[in-house]
Amino acid sequence: MKVAITSTGNSLESFIDQRFGRCVYFVIYDTESKGVEYIPNPNIDAEEGAGPASVQLVASKNASKIISGEFGIKIKSLLDSLKIQMIMLKEPEKRIKEIIEMLNQNN
Amino acid sequence: MSPRIKTLRKVLNPPIIKGFKPYGPDTEKINSLPVYLLFEEYEALRLCDYDKSNHHKASVMMGISRPTFTRIYASALQKIAIAFVEGRQIAIEGGKVYFDSDWYECVQCNCNFNNPERDKKIETCPLCGSKKISNFIFDNASESPDVKHCNDKCICPSCMYELEHKYGKPCNQEICPKCGHLMKRKGTPNC
Repeated sequence: MKVAITSTGNSLESFIDQRFGRCVYFVIYDTESKGVEYIPNPNIDAEEGAGPASVQLVASKNASKIISGEFGIKIKSLLDSLKIQMIMLKEPEKRIKEIIEMLNQNN
Repeated sequence: MSPRIKTLRKVLNPPIIKGFKPYGPDTEKINSLPVYLLFEEYEALRLCDYDKSNHHKASVMMGISRPTFTRIYASALQKIAIAFVEGRQIAIEGGKVYFDSDWYECVQCNCNFNNPERDKKIETCPLCGSKKISNFIFDNASESPDVKHCNDKCICPSCMYELEHKYGKPCNQEICPKCGHLMKRKGTPNC
């Protein structure tokens, strides 16, 4: 299963990005192979529609969960129809490394 | 020109059955092709005639405009009438819909999450695996204020007036207090 995490940088030491559509990087973590992939978000400077475009990007990577700080109003209907789970973690001080550890303990 | 893309209709309660079959002595002989009642048409019928909401209230609940709701409702009645008169089956399927999911909160890691697969019950937090989860009702007013800011700015493309970006409010809905022009986000192309 793949999990997408919004990140402020492209390392495990980076913090979680509180925004979904305009986050700096997407971290795609594979819970089976433990592989990590960093994707720079092409929609940071989008005038509008950054959220739906980011949903498409994440869905094309077959992620089944998204961890972010908050999601915009256009996102929920799209993710519900794609059956992707949203997890809102309102702790800007959390590092990507810590979130991956939490996911590993869980499984 | 291709038509405008349909907005996703929100379905709160999916039907508990997949459809209806006619019965009687002559059901073998008649047209056996089913009438396909879309999920959104089922939901329109449920909100309007079962819950007795008016079209305006029901349209808000489905996230669509009132005229669109009325069209969907009319199409639902038309299809049911066809099925009754011609003695055809009704199959409830298809349509541009999403099934609304509920929110949960985890006490241990202080996160909120939803359950997009309604038929499976969630018992543990997807992040920390804790069982201390409870249902969560979203109320925009009760959100903590500390996440409601970011360092971006809205800028007026005509007089270059800058305004602190309000979290959750699109810049292109902001009106410049100086010249009344619509604002843009600072840093985007052309501004």
